[in-house]
Amino acid sequence: MSEEQQDAAPTGTQQGMSKELDAKVKKYLRGSVINLEVVKDKKLKGQLAVREELYGKSASVAANAEKWLLPTEGGYLEAEGIEKTWKIRQEAITQDVGISSQKNQFDIVLPDLGPYTIDFTPSGRYMAAAGRKGHLALLDMNSLNLIREMQVRETVRDICFLHNETFFAAAQKKYPYIYNRDGIELHCLKEHGAVLKMQFLRNHFLLSTINKLGRLHYQDVTTGLMVNNYRTGMGSTDVMQVNPNNGVVALGHSGGTVTMWKPTNTSPLIKMLCHHGPVSALAFHPNGHMMATAGTERRIKLWDLRKFEVIQTLHGHASNLEFSQKGLLATSCGSRVEILGNFSHPNKYKRYMSHSMVKGYQIKKVLFRPYEDVLSIGHSMGWSSIIIPGSGEPNFDTWVANPFETSKQRREKEVRSLLDKLPPETIMLNPSKIGTVRPYSKKEKPSKKERESEMEAAITDVKDAPMKKKTKGRSKPSKVASKKQEGIVRAKRPFLDEQMKEEKAIAKKKQKLAEEAVLPKSLQRFARKPAS
Amino acid sequence: MKVKVISRSADEFTRERSKDLQKVFHNFDPSLRPQEKAVEYVRAVNAAKLDKIFARPFVGAMEGHIDAVSSMAKNPNRLKGIFSGSMDGDIRLWDIASRRTVCQFPGHQGAVRGLTVSTDGQVLVSCGTDCTVRLWNVPKATGSESNGSSENSSKPLAVYVWKNAFWGVDHQWDGELFATAGAQLDVWNHNRSNPINSFEWGSDTVNSVRFNPGEPNLLATSGSDRSITLYDLRMSTPTRKIIMRTKTNAISWNPMEPMNFTAANEDCNCYSYDARKLQEAKCVHKDHVSAVMDIDYSPTGREFVTGSYDRTVRIFKYNGGHSREIYHTKRMQRVFCVKFSCDATYVLSGSDDTNLRLWKANASEQLGVVLPRERRKHEYHEAVKNRYKHLPEVKRIDRHRHLPKAVYKASVLRRTMNDAERRKEERRKAHSAPGTSTSEPLRKRRIIAEME
Repeated sequence: MSEEQQDAAPTGTQQGMSKELDAKVKKYLRGSVINLEVVKDKKLKGQLAVREELYGKSASVAANAEKWLLPTEGGYLEAEGIEKTWKIRQEAITQDVGISSQKNQFDIVLPDLGPYTIDFTPSGRYMAAAGRKGHLALLDMNSLNLIREMQVRETVRDICFLHNETFFAAAQKKYPYIYNRDGIELHCLKEHGAVLKMQFLRNHFLLSTINKLGRLHYQDVTTGLMVNNYRTGMGSTDVMQVNPNNGVVALGHSGGTVTMWKPTNTSPLIKMLCHHGPVSALAFHPNGHMMATAGTERRIKLWDLRKFEVIQTLHGHASNLEFSQKGLLATSCGSRVEILGNFSHPNKYKRYMSHSMVKGYQIKKVLFRPYEDVLSIGHSMGWSSIIIPGSGEPNFDTWVANPFETSKQRREKEVRSLLDKLPPETIMLNPSKIGTVRPYSKKEKPSKKERESEMEAAITDVKDAPMKKKTKGRSKPSKVASKKQEGIVRAKRPFLDEQMKEEKAIAKKKQKLAEEAVLPKSLQRFARKPAS
Repeated sequence: MKVKVISRSADEFTRERSKDLQKVFHNFDPSLRPQEKAVEYVRAVNAAKLDKIFARPFVGAMEGHIDAVSSMAKNPNRLKGIFSGSMDGDIRLWDIASRRTVCQFPGHQGAVRGLTVSTDGQVLVSCGTDCTVRLWNVPKATGSESNGSSENSSKPLAVYVWKNAFWGVDHQWDGELFATAGAQLDVWNHNRSNPINSFEWGSDTVNSVRFNPGEPNLLATSGSDRSITLYDLRMSTPTRKIIMRTKTNAISWNPMEPMNFTAANEDCNCYSYDARKLQEAKCVHKDHVSAVMDIDYSPTGREFVTGSYDRTVRIFKYNGGHSREIYHTKRMQRVFCVKFSCDATYVLSGSDDTNLRLWKANASEQLGVVLPRERRKHEYHEAVKNRYKHLPEVKRIDRHRHLPKAVYKASVLRRTMNDAERRKEERRKAHSAPGTSTSEPLRKRRIIAEME
């Protein structure tokens, strides 16, 4: 009775709320519930049922916590009337946001040592900037303080933070170097050579680099061990990105292919032809299911990495691509930045915002600042920062990345993350494979070659078997030969029988298929009945 | 135009004063934690390794007896005390915390074969091969006892002499009676010098006796005619009996499921039975390589400890076919008696080398006061390990136990023997006419007959 009443009169808001909650629960369930009906073992079934109930409970608790307990709400930008969001300029946004957000809009003009490339720590608090002509800078973005600035008097091609802000690596003219926060050079990684692009795999503590010769290096920064290095064999490239979901490194090549690598495989896991011209940029969605590639033939493609299919093709050049935490896609070309959003449908990217730098500025790198609605742009005249509402994750987790981290917390976190350091073998295309059991498969049939070799072995056994010395002419060479021949025939027989049986089965199958294929449905009833 | 941007003021997200606790924020979104399964797996491997590192089960030995320890009894009313009797007639009360003798009970002329304490914890009953049953007053716990400075001895309350040597004794859980095992089963009252009742079924000796914890009038015995017999004191004759292929040395009832009991058998296995259904064992617990001498259930009823003639102590799950844990030291000889402590955290073993040994029930458990954070960490490790226990790396580390060479070789030999037997059985079956040869499961095979 009560159920009926509940069914009869749920208000619209209630229904909406429960639907919203259901979606959240689904996210936290991390996969579908197993079908217990299939399980025959009663004991196992009971255990699984308990486990599933527990998973369901924890998912709903997490969903409720997300709904009610998170302190910050995400940003947004909504147009009113005939306004279009991509027409809204940064100056207009400045007037509508608070003073603490206004300081996120700035241009740093450094005309001499550019173009600049930048990197953020995972919490988004610290930024490292590297000018092509040797200018390295470390900044605290919360207080906008310059922590350290130095001049290495060498070409710097890339910069990236290691596990926290105390260490960073810079790819310089001949070798990459590792510096600490005070600007002291700690290591020179000579084995890597002239590196074009670097990425740090945080869970694995691996520094992966691609050098001028197109060689991919993986170095463990905790032990200093070179885990592996591979010749890509596809020329040099500076298009490199780590899939944050599984730690697979993707490289975009001049032939239009994108290859994906893991440190324990000499050949790429995936080699996909994405563009007709060279691949100019590459980016991964934070959930790891989507990849964006840009080619010089004026195409930007979005790929579904579960099916390796194109989801969407957009027109336009892009020398840089970058996904934000909430899934916005930033593309840059020349001095213009376009932000694409997928608000209407998760797989449909449309224009969301755009921003033009001063004409003549060449954008080197665009990067969303984690946990903030900010896009940082490194260009030939310094670096800039603009506001992109709705790009960042509004709520941080203290144990994952904390923008307000104290030094004590940082030290603690360093130890914890080292304890949880993943071995390089855990990098794989589908990271949820870990912990699963390979499904039982029937014993595979021996291949034709194996069967032949088996038969050969049986025959040689018979041939080499010593013959008994017998009297009364029974050991005559002709007798011996014929006896051996008999033995060979006998040894061969089971193999031949099996082969014949198989051939027959195949022929039968073929015939059946052919009959089914040839005859239209209406005539199938006249087909020859199989002999029962 | 409507616009909102994330803005965080540092005051809201940091502590006000340096003495405050740091503010902690959670966001359980899976996309913030990439490769969480791999991380969990690494944690599971580490937890398994840590478990191995911290596995130090041996707490200490209690020496004092001058002959092999033959029997033990725990006081259901006191956590710290344990009684032990030895082959030379010496009975001692030990303080487990200080591992010293508190009190001695001299008087027995021969081996003390049975020891038990009444449920109220007042009276200790002992019996032995000198054909006497002795009742002792259990000394009251005093503050000076923990010093262990005075080894006082006490005199028996009563000495009852009877016709035959005794092999075991057990006190009723709820009531005044106790039962002794000898040439027959005798049921005694505290105040009478003669048994009030005697049971006999066949002419063979009764080895051990154990009262049911749930039903006070029900008891089980094992005899040297390889039998396990159930008695009801309200009836004049025994109720039920099964005969197995080999002798049962000891019996223990599951205190949480009092219809089930487990029998420690001479053939290296333990057999769990449902007392209502004796034609088939519920579970066979294999792993020992020599006769199992004694068995005792944990008060939780989820696991039990066994001591064996192969010089090892093992802990089994109540429904597990193989042991969870094996304890051994170079100096420990044949184990004759084992007990689980009343709080299920310790295991005691008494062996031929005159010592009692105290072990932790969980080898890697942290002793002492555990802080809430530590406890949560232990629980997390346990959960993660449990989740990934089927993976080869975790399984290998978790299952590995160092075995004494003799035990290892004996187990290999037993395995080959069992395999050979199984193979022979299979072949016999394959070569006989279909339907003529049937194989029984091990749960049934070792039972010869059931009698009522």
